[in-house]
Amino acid sequence: MNTSGLNLLIGLAMGLNLLALGSGRVSSLIRAVSFQGIALGAMPFLLSHEFSPWVTLVAIATIVGKGWVIPLLLGRAMRAAHIEREIDPLIGFVPSILLGAGGTIAAIALARSLPLRPEHAGTLLVPGAVASILTGFILLIGRNKALSQVCGYLILENGIYLFGLLLIHATPLLVEAGILLDVTVGVFVIGIIVDRIQRAFDTLDTRKLTVLRE
Amino acid sequence: MIPLLLILLPLAGALLAAAAPSDRTRPWFLPAVGVSHTGLSLHLLLHPPVVADGAWLGFDAVARAVLPVVSVLFLLCSLYGVPYLRARSERPNRVFVATLLAVIGLISAGLMARHLGVLWIATEGVTLAAVPLLHFNRTPRAFEATWKYLLVGGTGIALSLLGSFCLGYASLYGHGSGDLTFHALTAAGTDLSRPWLLIAWVLLLAGYGTKMGLAPMHTWKPDAYGEAPGLVGAILAGGVTTVAFVALLRVRSVLGAAGEGAVADLTLLCLGLFSLGVAALYLLGTRDFKRMLAYSSVEHMGILSLAAALGPAGIGAALFHVWTNSLTKGSLFLSAGNLRRSAGTASMDDVRGLSESAPRSTALFVAGLFAVTACPPFGIFFSELRILRAAMDGGHGFTAGAFLLGLLFAFFGLTRVVLGVAYGPPRRRPPTAGPRFVETAGVILPPLVLLGFSAWLGLSPPPLLEQIWSAAVTQLTSTP
Repeated sequence: MNTSGLNLLIGLAMGLNLLALGSGRVSSLIRAVSFQGIALGAMPFLLSHEFSPWVTLVAIATIVGKGWVIPLLLGRAMRAAHIEREIDPLIGFVPSILLGAGGTIAAIALARSLPLRPEHAGTLLVPGAVASILTGFILLIGRNKALSQVCGYLILENGIYLFGLLLIHATPLLVEAGILLDVTVGVFVIGIIVDRIQRAFDTLDTRKLTVLRE
Repeated sequence: MIPLLLILLPLAGALLAAAAPSDRTRPWFLPAVGVSHTGLSLHLLLHPPVVADGAWLGFDAVARAVLPVVSVLFLLCSLYGVPYLRARSERPNRVFVATLLAVIGLISAGLMARHLGVLWIATEGVTLAAVPLLHFNRTPRAFEATWKYLLVGGTGIALSLLGSFCLGYASLYGHGSGDLTFHALTAAGTDLSRPWLLIAWVLLLAGYGTKMGLAPMHTWKPDAYGEAPGLVGAILAGGVTTVAFVALLRVRSVLGAAGEGAVADLTLLCLGLFSLGVAALYLLGTRDFKRMLAYSSVEHMGILSLAAALGPAGIGAALFHVWTNSLTKGSLFLSAGNLRRSAGTASMDDVRGLSESAPRSTALFVAGLFAVTACPPFGIFFSELRILRAAMDGGHGFTAGAFLLGLLFAFFGLTRVVLGVAYGPPRRRPPTAGPRFVETAGVILPPLVLLGFSAWLGLSPPPLLEQIWSAAVTQLTSTP
């Protein structure tokens, strides 16, 4: 296992988290998510000792799905809805970055206190996963535009994927492949919904989704 | 092979329905699948197959204890679906029929899943397949409800995947072989890594609790149930929530075997009581009779969660409550759908005197109200009584008191809304309400039969059901 290469990629993904938290333009947010997807997809190659067709398949599917197909759909939705920028977010950009940075430090501290198998102890997989999940939640809660929230959801899923890499050799790959498919389909459906919401509400601003309440 | 048909048959039906050319004949796929699904599950109820320990999917004791009631609920909803879709002939129903059939297939898979990953895939599949169902009316309110459902439900499902990974890592750290069947996880017992196991429990409880609609993760529920067609609400409240509850029961059995059952029970108890309280408060405030049903569902999910924390007697009572709640909620959602169409709106600000415009549906709705607020002879009275007894026998006096108080407030809230819309001088129908609603046998009999089943379970529950519930309790609480 190539630990230093793996940690470099995870560090890159963690940096992209902060970039995503600080970007006001939806297009740069989508680009950050796309790069993160490609970085994640490359990781299974560094984790495995020898060539395994299943792992290769998972990796290629991840790169194509997370790095290419989903950003393409998001970009299309963005152009269709004429959404360029996140204006007046619930949690501002600077507080978001500070929260994300604090969360990253806390994630590293947390990972130290958890029991890990020796082959995982030297990697940043757990802190990277926790930091990405926190980033996803900050974006989900702190952004108003539906597209930014979908990007937050994707980063959350990326964090879960990072954690799943701990198990990639132990669990049957059938389950892994099924999970990957589900994730992709899930975002697909979200994309369709975004498209539909755009027709009903012109601005894609989830603050306007407030008819249903007590 | 027969158990797999419970999954494959509805999925094949979904494909055929998607390929069928005519909107007029397509709804008949629903009862066709409903009848065969119910026939299969009743056959399996009477002749349980042998399930291999390592099987990923199987009609085991737990599936046997809950799947038949979901089948029956789906059968009656499918019979209701034919006249419903005929009345809504202005909408294309290809996607609706196909996804409804896919939902019942995936619910069956979720209830029969004996593997953590398969369980998650089935739950995720149900979540996604239900999206077009919620969105059937295509109104801005339905858009809003669907968006919230997808965002909250999607986050919940993501957390439950993370929880599944953590449970997998707990097994891997304890030198497990990576076998994620519940049988293997239970057999691993105290070998599982304790920190990872507890993290997994919190995440799985949050994730599957979101799907169940436990407070505070219930926020999607009133919107989704309020805007979805009545029969979709019935399937969600009676079927999908059951999948999530059974998932929690199966995971809880792993914690029990690992010696952490006390932690699991305490969290289930707190979450259950909190849901009961939140639901009771919202029931006192809501003004919409379909959203009211959603809060009532939150209340009953709280009751299930609370009962699951009360040891073997409580789990047995919870399985009984799954049956009574699914049947009663099904009846209420179908009759509420009738009333909604008769009145053109579901808000008690605009609706009054429904007993004159839709007398039969109103009578059913009022009877359902008494059933769901635990009046004898309906089943919920007896299942809640059993939960109460389990609490008292277990020395949980405070829990029993809080439980009764929650039921009392929920009773006030439910009667306020139901009696408010049922009686009084009728309002003039809004001109946008569409064609006048006719109470045909097709839309009255299914909720009536569901209510009848609920009363039957209360008056003379068949001894066989007692046996299968206790068999499921044995599977869920045995420690190797």
